Amino acid sequence: MAILVLLPLIGALLLAAATALTRAHVLRRFSAIATSAVVLAAGLGLSVAVLHGSPVTAGGLLRVDALSAFMLSVVGAVGLTATWGGLAARDVVPPDWTYSALICLFLGAMSLAVLADNLGVLWVAVEATTVATAFLVGHNRTRGSLEAAWKYVVLGSVGVAVAFLGLVLVYAASVAAGRPTLSWVALTSSHLALDPSLVKVAGALAVLGFATKAGLAPMHSWLPDAHSQAPAPVSGLMSGVLLSVAFYAILRIQAVVNPVLGTGLMRGLLVATGLLSLAVAAALIVRQRDLKRMLAYSSIEHMGLLALAAAVGGTVAIAAALLHVLGHGLAKSSLFVVSGRILVTEGTTQLARIRGLLVRHPAEAVPYLVGMAAMLGLPPFTLFFTEVAIMLAGFQHGLGWAMTLAAALMLILFAGLARPSIAMTFGAESSEPVAAASTARQGPRTPLALALGVTAVLGFTAGPLPTLLTRAATLLTGTK
Amino acid sequence: MSANLYDQLVGVSAGVLLMTSVLLVWRRSLVAAVRLLAIQGVALACLVAMIGIFDHDVQLVAVSVLVLALKGVALPLVLDRSLVRTGTLREETPLINTTASLLAVSALTMLAYLVSQPLRALRPGPTTAAVPVGICLVLFGFLLLSTRRHAISQLVGFLVLDNGIAAVAFLTSGGVPFVVELGASLDVLLVVLILRVFTARMTVKFGAADLDELKELRD
Repeated sequence: MAILVLLPLIGALLLAAATALTRAHVLRRFSAIATSAVVLAAGLGLSVAVLHGSPVTAGGLLRVDALSAFMLSVVGAVGLTATWGGLAARDVVPPDWTYSALICLFLGAMSLAVLADNLGVLWVAVEATTVATAFLVGHNRTRGSLEAAWKYVVLGSVGVAVAFLGLVLVYAASVAAGRPTLSWVALTSSHLALDPSLVKVAGALAVLGFATKAGLAPMHSWLPDAHSQAPAPVSGLMSGVLLSVAFYAILRIQAVVNPVLGTGLMRGLLVATGLLSLAVAAALIVRQRDLKRMLAYSSIEHMGLLALAAAVGGTVAIAAALLHVLGHGLAKSSLFVVSGRILVTEGTTQLARIRGLLVRHPAEAVPYLVGMAAMLGLPPFTLFFTEVAIMLAGFQHGLGWAMTLAAALMLILFAGLARPSIAMTFGAESSEPVAAASTARQGPRTPLALALGVTAVLGFTAGPLPTLLTRAATLLTGTK
Repeated sequence: MSANLYDQLVGVSAGVLLMTSVLLVWRRSLVAAVRLLAIQGVALACLVAMIGIFDHDVQLVAVSVLVLALKGVALPLVLDRSLVRTGTLREETPLINTTASLLAVSALTMLAYLVSQPLRALRPGPTTAAVPVGICLVLFGFLLLSTRRHAISQLVGFLVLDNGIAAVAFLTSGGVPFVVELGASLDVLLVVLILRVFTARMTVKFGAADLDELKELRD
């Protein structure tokens, strides 16, 4: 089984190296998709292995429990949606070799982040994604993309540097307790007498740092810029994978801090940042003029909701949050892929200039509408069930006031997303001539259909998935 | 090495770290900033080497060589090259003037001593007594990052912040595990190289590496 743990890392490295060295057409086109497929296959395989046995370990630093296996599957599934969906038609020149190689490295680093049983290695992997995505954000080489990339790298690196300071203090606390370790299992399962005053500072710094990477307010300012300037598949990867893995890091930190300090500190921090994220997203989405920026603010909204779910704690809320991560990742990456196609056909992502899409370009409009319905939390899509579950769990665990406030903010966000989306697809064509509509062939439809189809049925699945989610949540909350 | 000598050497290294970072906030010359950063890197490497020798920790001595190569030589060299290419040698328009920044520095130093109380109480000794210096570096790094507008100045701020975190790690627990140290060093090097490429692109596009040019993306 250890080979399954190493597979995504080795696969990503080999494919990246092969793409960089040979620069062959076929690799430039398909290496990112192949990496995603390998990660997804390993994730599913490990999920089965974990369900039927004990956690799988490899090399002392890697360890796969239910949570890691689930997150690895998320990385693979969202990666596959974004890269396959972003595949250009056969007659188009394949992307630059740096672009494909960096996406492979990005997926490899994200896999390492969720596979590592060491908070330090987790940190190194998250920081490595900043390195891998920097040139992807700046890929278009415009003024705007340069600005977005600079802000992203500086804010992202400073943010995770703060998280590193937190991890250093956790390590110092473990040294003082007589067992130097950054291993997540050792920090949570054995009864280390970690110094509470040190863990308090460490936990706050670590959460603050990873929250920057998760795009939570008030450290979110890089996110709309980076998401709007990056190529569409990269925006999808960042929104669905990067933010989710940063949230995963917060969950792991929380599981270390809570047994030492009780739930108070983390709950306070997460409620504050969650509500602030929802408020910021609500305030800025209503007068949004750009499609991709609008989608980016929707990501901030969903990260805020996830922060609230983590604050609630307990098996139900955490399991719902994990399912939400998957549903949001699939739907959001599909929407970003569609936004990239809209940019090609319409020549713009400005909301005011896109009208009557359903009549003129149904191939883009239909997946856009379906994806948006999923994003808005309409049934039967899984986000409907997870949002309801998080809300109910919040009321049960004494966070009713926060949930009421969150629901009010989400209503504003609903309107802010729905109004321009309806205008875009159904609205009458404006009298001014539409900017040079291209008739270039668009990418494949299968990945979008698969991703949105899965999002639609996830809420109803029985069998292994709920068991996996419950086990993962139990790992984090320590309750049965 | 006698305990007394060790105390003094740790004190001197920490003093050099603090002094170079105060000078970094004071001076506006970018050339001086890069030199000061190199001195700071060497001081940090000395500190690590001394802790390693005193604790008879061979691995830590090896790490000190890594720190010297990275923070004392490689990173300042990258910045120096970048400086030659951008052609600007002074930070022209910081957001706050020198007097105000020096006042901020003294306030931040006091704050650093306040917040590092729990760390010093954990394991009293010469190394933990120097922990506030590490926190000072972190806070000064933030100050530089938030008040300077030249791309290279911001990079310097980021590296001071990073040196501060490394100092805290070495002073509290003799550094993080080797694997993590290695990965973290590689990440920092790559981030600086990437930002250098972006600085070069900025110079080509805007004619200067002035971050005030970055104001296109707004809501």
